Amino acid sequence: MAQRSLTPATLRPTTIGMLLFLLSEATFFLVLILMFISARAEAPAGMTGVERLDPWRAGMFTLALLASSGTIWLAERNQHMNRRGALRLWLVATLTLGAIFLAGQATEYAGLIREGMTVATSLFGTHFYTLTGLHFLHVTAGVVLIAVLALLALRGKRSEPGIGALQPISAYWHFVDGVWIVLYVVIYLVRP
Amino acid sequence: MTTALAPHGDLALTDREHRLLAWIATVDHKRIGLMYIGAGLLFFVVGGIEALLLRLQLAQPQANVLDPQSYNQLFTMHGTTMVFFFGMPVLFGMMNYLVPLQIGARDMAFPRANAFSFWIFLFSGIFLYASFLAAGGAPAAGWFSYAPLSEKPFSLNAGQDFWTLSLLTAGIGSVAGAINLIVTILTLRAPGMTIGRLPLFSWMALITSFIVVFALPPLNAALIALAVDRLYGGNFFTPATGGSAVLWQHVFWAFGHPEVYILVIPAFGFISEVIQVFSRKPIFGYSFVAGATVLVGFLSMSVWAHHMFAVGLGAPLDTVFALTTMLIAIPTGVKVLNWTATLARGSIRFTVAMCFVLAFLAQFTFGGITGIMFATYPLDWQLTDSYFVVAHFHYVLIGGTVFAFFAAAYYWFPKMTGRLLSERLGYLHFWLAVAGFNLTFFVQHFLGFMGMPRRVYTYPDLPGWGALNSISTLGGFLFGVAVLVFLWNVLYSLRRGAIASDNPWNAWTLEWATSSPPPEHNFDLVPPVRSRRPLWDLAHPEEADYRSAEAGGERG
Repeated sequence: MAQRSLTPATLRPTTIGMLLFLLSEATFFLVLILMFISARAEAPAGMTGVERLDPWRAGMFTLALLASSGTIWLAERNQHMNRRGALRLWLVATLTLGAIFLAGQATEYAGLIREGMTVATSLFGTHFYTLTGLHFLHVTAGVVLIAVLALLALRGKRSEPGIGALQPISAYWHFVDGVWIVLYVVIYLVRP
Repeated sequence: MTTALAPHGDLALTDREHRLLAWIATVDHKRIGLMYIGAGLLFFVVGGIEALLLRLQLAQPQANVLDPQSYNQLFTMHGTTMVFFFGMPVLFGMMNYLVPLQIGARDMAFPRANAFSFWIFLFSGIFLYASFLAAGGAPAAGWFSYAPLSEKPFSLNAGQDFWTLSLLTAGIGSVAGAINLIVTILTLRAPGMTIGRLPLFSWMALITSFIVVFALPPLNAALIALAVDRLYGGNFFTPATGGSAVLWQHVFWAFGHPEVYILVIPAFGFISEVIQVFSRKPIFGYSFVAGATVLVGFLSMSVWAHHMFAVGLGAPLDTVFALTTMLIAIPTGVKVLNWTATLARGSIRFTVAMCFVLAFLAQFTFGGITGIMFATYPLDWQLTDSYFVVAHFHYVLIGGTVFAFFAAAYYWFPKMTGRLLSERLGYLHFWLAVAGFNLTFFVQHFLGFMGMPRRVYTYPDLPGWGALNSISTLGGFLFGVAVLVFLWNVLYSLRRGAIASDNPWNAWTLEWATSSPPPEHNFDLVPPVRSRRPLWDLAHPEEADYRSAEAGGERG
């Protein structure tokens, strides 16, 4: 039928819905990042605290998150090929890498707060905790979703998540990963 | 009756309880749509009462009906309610109800997410109103909540936090609802329902939903930032600690102006459907109506700073936004032309719905023209923050959107309920609404020219101000009576209205092919869709649209 051509057959309705959601989310993060960039340009004096960040340490955890995009891609591939063992393995790997990233960020927060840098101490602190904190929440949501998928996959063949569940969650995970790359570059690498 | 054999299973519920549960637990797009509309109308009444209280205070100079703080709370709640808890939900309700029917679908793409959208809207609204009970009362920084007024040092009350969080959750529901509508329209159309044959209301629903997807995120970002400032001591919008108050305005209006189009594009959809049926002519320039609105959708994201001409952004920026604002008037004007040309040489039936459409055309155009005046920013500097602005946007949002909603109500009520609204009460409603609305807001143009500032609880006794304000208040109450007549008509017709046939207006789109009201599954059989007017084709196979379409007639 002609009108179906608008939506490729390989994209599930849930994935189309997820992609639209991610467009909305991308706009959301874009606005917050632009707010940060404009604040940095207009109020350089407010950027105190940025010198406390350790790009190398954060870089290591960035690699963990990057790798998790690869592992969820492998999970998806193995599901296509009906390899259940590998599907479980890569889902658990993704989950572990996501958790490592969260742990890295949580310890970073703890260190910074101990040094006296909070949301309230400077304009940079406000932007830093808001941006990375909202991203943190997104990773947490992703970890929960992937944990549910992994549990379903581990419980056996009958409860195994279908492509309609894995495809949109995988898209979400890649997106969260992509947002972090931008945040890492803008916050940790580009210095005023 | 023994419970084991009860018709509704073993839940020991009375019939009444069961009916209530059926509504609360429903995932049917029609029930959700009706709940959206019903709840939206309740908020309309509440927001309207707030407006009338404001008008009472303003009826005379130096009046003491309301103290300044209550006035601020009421105008904040009035604006917030009308935009987020009447306008959006009622329009979302209409889209929810009509889009699956118009495209020949069984339901929305994600019925449970649909229910989620409705309930989160409802509870956000209730949450907002709970602020009246909080310490310091309701929010009082305006529906635009300009920083730094909305910041902790100036708004200590918890009401401001209620406002922030309630709009945040309501916004999440709107985005979910919009995504649902887009996926529904993209994936669930009946065979033959190409995108080029989509009824125009569904086209408008699609465009509106895309705007929601892109316009709500700036609001959510701004709200989260404001919450961080207020609850955790952040510095986003506090100039004293390096933040920027102008930043709030940029982000808020980056949402706020597309929001105007979210509120008015579905109204374009109502008008486009009703005007064809009661002119007995297909719309003039279908693709222009759809295409121009797509253009409006894109341009709506590029005009926000025309709300900020008085901020002092500098001539280069002001000029850019003046140009984009004038630009967006063109595709909007194109549609007014399309509607007018649809009327031309039609056999017009002056039903109540059609009367509201005609009033819409005049009033919306008028509001549009005062909008173009504001694009000229030196004029904006003169008129900004005056009652001229209030008059302008009420002409667009009441004279436009609310009148279009009334047209839609008379047109689709029979489909939704199986009964017609009374036309007699309808004409009374119509004339009271036209008189009341224009009395209220037309005079406010003059008050604006005379320099009466808006958002202030009273005014000095300058020549003419008291009289014009009294007229405005009188008009407001007249409009209130019109709304009461409408609500009475709804309640009366629900029980006693004339029984409606499946297609009482001889309309041409798919929602009229099923029974009134439709069964839970919508269609027993979706008629073949071979043109934009499947029911015309069905009734007139000899003159079917698709015959002329084969000869190239579907290009208009």
